[in-house]
Amino acid sequence: MSEFLQQVINGLSLGAIYALIALGYTMIYGVLRFINFAHGDVFMVGAYIGFYAFPKLQPLLGDGYGTAVAVLLAAMIGCGLLGVTIERLAYRPLRSRPKLTVLITAIGISLFLEYTGQLPVVFGADYKTFPTLIPETTYTLFGGVSIGSTQILVFVVALALMAALRVVVLRTKIGTAMRAVSMNMNAASLMGININRVISFTFFLGSSLAGAGAVLYAISYPKINPLMGILPGLKAFVAAVLGGIGNIAGATLGGFLIGTAETMTAGYISPSYRDAIVFGILILILILKPSGLLGKGGAEKV
Amino acid sequence: MRYRLLVLTAAVACVALGGCTGKNDKPGTAAEGNTIKIGHYASLSGKEATFGQQVDNGVKLAVDEINNGGGIGGKKIELITEDTQSQTQGAQNAVEKLIGKDEVSALIGEVASGRTMAAAPIAMREKTPMLTPASTREDVTKDENGNVAAYIFRICFIDPFQGTVMAKFAFESLNAKSVAVLKDNANPYSVGLAKAFVEKFKALGGTIVEEQAYEGGQNDFKAQLTAIKGKNPQAIFVPGYYTEVSLIATQARQLGITVPLLGGDGWDSPTLTQGEAKTALEGCYFSNHYSEQDTSAAVQDFIKRYKAKFNGEAPGAMSALGYDAMMIIAKIIKDSGKSDRETIRAGLAALKNYKGVTGNITIDEHHNATKPAVVLQIKDGKFAYHSTVNP
Repeated sequence: MSEFLQQVINGLSLGAIYALIALGYTMIYGVLRFINFAHGDVFMVGAYIGFYAFPKLQPLLGDGYGTAVAVLLAAMIGCGLLGVTIERLAYRPLRSRPKLTVLITAIGISLFLEYTGQLPVVFGADYKTFPTLIPETTYTLFGGVSIGSTQILVFVVALALMAALRVVVLRTKIGTAMRAVSMNMNAASLMGININRVISFTFFLGSSLAGAGAVLYAISYPKINPLMGILPGLKAFVAAVLGGIGNIAGATLGGFLIGTAETMTAGYISPSYRDAIVFGILILILILKPSGLLGKGGAEKV
Repeated sequence: MRYRLLVLTAAVACVALGGCTGKNDKPGTAAEGNTIKIGHYASLSGKEATFGQQVDNGVKLAVDEINNGGGIGGKKIELITEDTQSQTQGAQNAVEKLIGKDEVSALIGEVASGRTMAAAPIAMREKTPMLTPASTREDVTKDENGNVAAYIFRICFIDPFQGTVMAKFAFESLNAKSVAVLKDNANPYSVGLAKAFVEKFKALGGTIVEEQAYEGGQNDFKAQLTAIKGKNPQAIFVPGYYTEVSLIATQARQLGITVPLLGGDGWDSPTLTQGEAKTALEGCYFSNHYSEQDTSAAVQDFIKRYKAKFNGEAPGAMSALGYDAMMIIAKIIKDSGKSDRETIRAGLAALKNYKGVTGNITIDEHHNATKPAVVLQIKDGKFAYHSTVNP
């Protein structure tokens, strides 16, 4: 029983990170109706921003949570700006073109980030060790179940960011504009909403969540490399589709489900099948309920 | 448009054919000219970058010393190094290029058994001798039928021995009777080492309480470690490569596993103990080819020269093996006065009692070297000498 609970905890902390990345996929899909396949690589860049920001920030802020928060913010802002830049340079000129054109462009951006990142003058292809942001302590709970301070931090930060996102989308003016654009872009434009600004903001928000996810991922698994974004990116995409793409609550639910499914597969079936199961879930959901668990298939989406 | 396409196709075909004929023009001409070409393929970048870079440094030090001493019979050694990017396909491409285009006399490489085994059929096909400095999996020097591969040699011990060393160490020195194993299923080295360990440990009377696996490149090992933790082993044998091992150690400690981890020469990298892994691996043990704390003159002198060339950086076991590999090929060329592929092959097959940095090297009829192993303990992030185990 304690082993099972332990696997649940491991799965949820992995799922929290998938959920953060999935939110970016789902929001961008919500407003633009296309899958931003470069999202996983924006996530990768976030890890490197954290890696390079840490030695600059540590002398100013010392060890402990101040530096950790600053590194997190640096990665979020850096990724947000990267997302806005990608949208401005690569996607906006193609907005009136067929969706397939934009989709292929997104794959191009993804490969560009992966292989430029591998150049020795950029990040280099070797694995880098991500610095320790917070001291690791392990707490033993009932029945020998243990939870590390990193896992706790991942939960707390991920849940806080999801709550903040909910407030932004539901309670603010720009959030209302986002929802309006996702319902009907032309009508929103006629109501005086600046479409370009809303789309830029959506990219900033989605990409900064990927940046936060990247720092959380990097402190959990402190080896980073320029191809690290591919698998988490794909799995987060599966999570977004599982929950219902375009649906924010669905992305969160999907993330936790995929993380748990992956850990359970590795723990009880075979670690070799963990990816097969995740992508098997994608195929099943596309056959059985293409709109996803929480997706309505209708108009009301963000 | 169609015309242009035709021209383009023709041009491509010409280049391709030209490349082919160039390759088959003059086989075995590597010995002519004013230099002796030696090819080295290594993981200079990617997941096992430390291995490739260390071997490369060792080989370069040897080449420098040979060339600064006037070369061999008046000829300098021309070293051509190719990066495999820690990928199987990269190893095959590199070896095709080194043999076909550069026409090297002999090949050195790789460290990872999986990549050496992927490149070996090419060396066999082209009848080019290949000396691997550090691939320890048993069947590296065998062909697909299980016979001795005529052109593949190594100067390191093999996994049945390395696995035996760690099994005996766990059972006798650590007094561990129940051990768990966590191996990399995608890595032939890891699978081979785990098999050897399990067989020996059971033969000694110990129990393997849990066998778990991962695939190299994965980041999350908590599920496997949780399953291992439930069985309460007295030690965990993790015969993987350093990138994953440091993550495994960190996650094991996060899950409250406190027993020592044991491993093989795949752990040997300064990046093993970076970051969180430094405390996580404190007190753990692994087997290796040599220890820099070895007080023999050969080792200490090598360390001094290596540090002088590479800005004070200390050599790992891979550097010492790379150095020995290059020096052995040079000695064969010097003794025979010839540098064609067949002479080097025969010289490697007949190598006896070569006094290298990593010990006495004799290549046996299976093309393996029989050498002692050392057990190292991680203390304060450094690898401290613990004991030597003779075959």
